[in-house]
Amino acid sequence: MFKEQIGKQSNKVKNVVERGAVKKFAVAISDAHPIYVDEETGRLSRYRANIAPPTFPRIFDYGEIEGLNLPNKGLIHGEQTFHYERPLVIGEEINCYTKVKNYFEKKGNFGEMGFLLIESYGEDLSGKLIFSSTSTIVISEAVRKVLAR
Amino acid sequence: MSTLTELHVGETLKEIQLEPVSRLDLIMYAGASGDFNPIHTIDEEAKKAGLPGIIAHGMWTMGNLAKLFTSYYEEGFIQDYSIRFKGMVFLNDIITLKAALKEKQENQLRFNVLAVNQQGKEVLKGEVLYHQY
Repeated sequence: MFKEQIGKQSNKVKNVVERGAVKKFAVAISDAHPIYVDEETGRLSRYRANIAPPTFPRIFDYGEIEGLNLPNKGLIHGEQTFHYERPLVIGEEINCYTKVKNYFEKKGNFGEMGFLLIESYGEDLSGKLIFSSTSTIVISEAVRKVLAR
Repeated sequence: MSTLTELHVGETLKEIQLEPVSRLDLIMYAGASGDFNPIHTIDEEAKKAGLPGIIAHGMWTMGNLAKLFTSYYEEGFIQDYSIRFKGMVFLNDIITLKAALKEKQENQLRFNVLAVNQQGKEVLKGEVLYHQY
């Protein structure tokens, strides 16, 4: 069911690194450091602006991958990576999209576990990569059976 | 430790111990991140999923762990951050965040990073590759 999705990707969606969203996020991970939230600190920094925390890309809209239907329950987040070319700067516009990188099944403690690798990207408006991230989602046999119905 | 440059292989950054995990922490993270999976906020939904109670978002802990590096922003940035979610974090757990320098190559610092609970069990484990300007 997931195998045929490998290689599919979403259309690019324009996102803004919003000051309010960054502040809310920084507070939620109790890391409201001045480099994320204080304008003066940002202005005086090497970035000449505030930046966003490394796990902030969680909040972006990456668009929909046609035919990929993931339930919002029953999934296990197994692994997560982020790669940056440079930090994200508050106020900048970026294009985001996501891709099904791989899917495979492996015998585990709870039967045949499915591993779905989703790769997501953020580029500047000229198409230059700023960050990429991969999520490994573990889908149990029981959840797959429900999805197949 | 005032700068990362002074750090030697095998040395650690100053640990951070978080306040006990509260429901409000997870409600705030759900709102800020847009991850409204109810096993993180609603007891009955967590129980329906076979859990003893609500658990923290893995990304909440991963987000917290990165703050070991925040104050060094003038020196560089996290170029690569990879994590394996190894154990669940429950309400009232007390999580400690750790980082140790594993390898130094020119302007790249490779750290082992770790989050452990009050029993010393690893809940998150991974690596940070820090790029120095």
